[in-house]
Amino acid sequence: MTIQFNDETFREDYSFRNSQRAIDRFPFPFDKDSYMYAVNMEQHRGGPADSVYEKRFDVDEHYVSEMRDRAMVLADDPLRCQSLPHMTLAGWDLLELIMVSKSEDYPDLFELHRDGDEWHWVNKPMGIDDTFTFMDETTLPYGPMEYITRQTQGDFCVLDQRDDNLWMDAGMVTTQADWSLDFDIGMNFFEWHAPVPLAHEKGIFVRALKFLLNIQQGAPARRLNWTMTVNPLLDTSPENYHKWGIQKTTLTPENIGAKQHLRVELQTFFRLPRSNALVFPIRCYLIAFQDIVSVPKWGRRLHRVIRDLPEELATYKGFIDNRPMMLDFLSAYDDGLPTSNGVWPEKDSEPPLKT
Amino acid sequence: MSKFEFPPSIKSRPVYGTLEARPGKAHLMIADAAGAEAILDIATPELMARSHIIYIPRGATHGEALRGLTPAQYYEGPSYAASVTRIQRVLQDAHMGLQVYLTGTEGLMGQAQNEAMQAGIPHTAIQTEHRGSVARRMQCVHCKGITEDVETDPFVCSHCGLNLFVRDHYSRRLAAYQGVCIDAEDPGNVPQAKGIYE
Amino acid sequence: MSGAEKIAVRVTEVTPLNELVTRFRFEPVAGGLLPTFSGGAHTVVEMADGDITRLNPYSLMSDPFDQSAYTISVRRDDAGRGGSLFMHEKVKVGDEMVISNPVNLFSLDLRAKKHLMIAGGIGITPFLAQIKQLDRAHGNWELHYSCRSEALGSYVDYLTSTHPNDVNVYYDDQDQAIDLETLLDGQPLGTHIYVCGPKGMINWVRGKAEALGWPREAVHYEEFLAPQPGKPFEVKLAVSNKVVQVGEHESLLEAIERAGVDAPYLCRGGACGMCETRVIDYAGNFIHRDHWLEDDEHASGEKIMPCVSRFEGKTLVLDR
Repeated sequence: MTIQFNDETFREDYSFRNSQRAIDRFPFPFDKDSYMYAVNMEQHRGGPADSVYEKRFDVDEHYVSEMRDRAMVLADDPLRCQSLPHMTLAGWDLLELIMVSKSEDYPDLFELHRDGDEWHWVNKPMGIDDTFTFMDETTLPYGPMEYITRQTQGDFCVLDQRDDNLWMDAGMVTTQADWSLDFDIGMNFFEWHAPVPLAHEKGIFVRALKFLLNIQQGAPARRLNWTMTVNPLLDTSPENYHKWGIQKTTLTPENIGAKQHLRVELQTFFRLPRSNALVFPIRCYLIAFQDIVSVPKWGRRLHRVIRDLPEELATYKGFIDNRPMMLDFLSAYDDGLPTSNGVWPEKDSEPPLKT
Repeated sequence: MSKFEFPPSIKSRPVYGTLEARPGKAHLMIADAAGAEAILDIATPELMARSHIIYIPRGATHGEALRGLTPAQYYEGPSYAASVTRIQRVLQDAHMGLQVYLTGTEGLMGQAQNEAMQAGIPHTAIQTEHRGSVARRMQCVHCKGITEDVETDPFVCSHCGLNLFVRDHYSRRLAAYQGVCIDAEDPGNVPQAKGIYE
Repeated sequence: MSGAEKIAVRVTEVTPLNELVTRFRFEPVAGGLLPTFSGGAHTVVEMADGDITRLNPYSLMSDPFDQSAYTISVRRDDAGRGGSLFMHEKVKVGDEMVISNPVNLFSLDLRAKKHLMIAGGIGITPFLAQIKQLDRAHGNWELHYSCRSEALGSYVDYLTSTHPNDVNVYYDDQDQAIDLETLLDGQPLGTHIYVCGPKGMINWVRGKAEALGWPREAVHYEEFLAPQPGKPFEVKLAVSNKVVQVGEHESLLEAIERAGVDAPYLCRGGACGMCETRVIDYAGNFIHRDHWLEDDEHASGEKIMPCVSRFEGKTLVLDR
């Protein structure tokens, strides 16, 4: 399998597009016609061939352009990547995890050659060929976490585990759903989730934390989360909200299919061996409404989920004002037929839209 | 003086208690303004013999009363900024078992707590009691500037001039609440400012 | 359900250290490298002892960065249920065994400005790995190690020869004891205490630290509870609709597993909370032995940790 990398942007002219292959493998997050918070964890040990779940760290057609966008964000605001002093060991753990995984899972794209602590890393899509000494920060251009996450899609939270809690003590966060690493760094699991409505009362975070504290080496887990973004903007940060917030008001019935994007996070969790920290990659996938509704089952379901979502959640996810326009658009793709369980598109078995 | 009851809030928002004298060989008490009253409430000769009090009056007149407790060490500073290097110096020499008491405004307690945490005391082991002004120390999430003593919501960032609304989301590391642009989606539409707890 | 894949290992060394303690070295059967781990981690060793499969946790004591082999040290417990006796009497060089991926419930707080380690007896083993980890990072640490006698002082020679300035050894039979009050007094802010040893020692250190005003978060301890033998009892598993007899030398968790019911676990020592099980009905008394549940949960009769806790009475129905 060779990946054709797109040359595209996630700002200004927004030339980001999903190919048909990317649409087909999109991680649609709703397994039934309604949504409410759930811990919804499962093992992260592979998945159907060519799905986003197949590899430990999915690499797709947006890779090179996403990394270019990340470099631009960091040039503007280096505080998007921070690591408290005690987290350097976890950074090396993460570097090893990603280099080993990518070189094993994508041998045509990435190579890792190790001779004791002397490592040679080749990243062909990004044109990187570096040798360095493992555990020696002076041999890398950045700290180990920053070095490897400048080369890996998705945000990364590196969580220290102590006092029966998880602490957000390091991270690379440039494709976030409106939260600030610079503000949240150092917080525990309940504190950085504090602004999330409803879930605390439902005990979701207590159960999720218990699960995460027990994630073992060699047994990673995953779950999906989602929100909405107008334009394929990766960097929906609070830092820049005064610049991008206005874009939410640019939706019209004519452009909503192209402009409104469902934003899905594939969240994975790996125990890091030397530091006993937990790494929490948050991989963002974007898809335009017009591409979602090209899959009949997804079009029907998305309409029902958005229509029935509690008001608090629509507010928290930032689309309460645009919901009526979304529903106007989506209702044209919901003919009322039943949908099959599960997230998969089922293009062969699901009936086409009744017109 | 009656204490202000903060309304229930989200889990990142600090919750303050009531100071109590705890066992320990050394006690560090840091207060501003009306916080002096909380120290006066728990002071005993035995406790004071082992206490170092750092007080920033901010116009209050409790200094003489605190000095009259004859603590082992007493210092009165004109501002927190002027006192912080002294606080750091005291913590540098301190030993495990040191008891830390913080009282007064949220801004004072938050900043002093951060110093104690960096010195190696877990935040849960640091006692706090709110007294006096309910003004907040706010970070502008956009320009990162801190605006001290914010009493209204929304308010204007003293650094970049954006109109910010006051969140309850709080960072111990920054000792500040988060301020976020209120008119990003409708520039110029800024509601009338009112007191944070009105 | 029990998580990560297991690791098949071969026993490559069995080294008796003294009359109670023997060290075992494990290398991967498949060749290649074992996972690295963090100092303080343990592995759960599976022992096929006739009809019974025992799973006992042991601290990894080798260098956490050495991926060629793991080593553990096992203290013989003649009164126990037989796990340590099995290791001492049955396990030979060349045997194949199955162990779990490393799990750490006793990790270093890497923010600490100083690590103060207090060990009693076989409780020395996690510190051996932690010291190797800290040495690599130029960490600031100090060890106080209490043993019954010179003859039973496992790894004393190694520790005192490699770290003469950081290791302090106390022999009970020479009336030497850690002067805890003096030791805890005057430690710099940011010091963390780690204690591993018998229950009495852990309680002594925790109690003294609390009395001296140490924050709870700065005191770390690990006490592996071996499941204790007890009177046989009967348990009904409601979900799988099975009735199982729990034998005298078998834990409730082991009996559930023997019945072919997949139950979650991690530490098998009452510490991690993974095997927490809901009690549907009971008539009798619980013998709670775990560190996980709170006192009110123990009293509630609604939960049990089947790895170490038992039951005496007529009826016990579990949600499993």
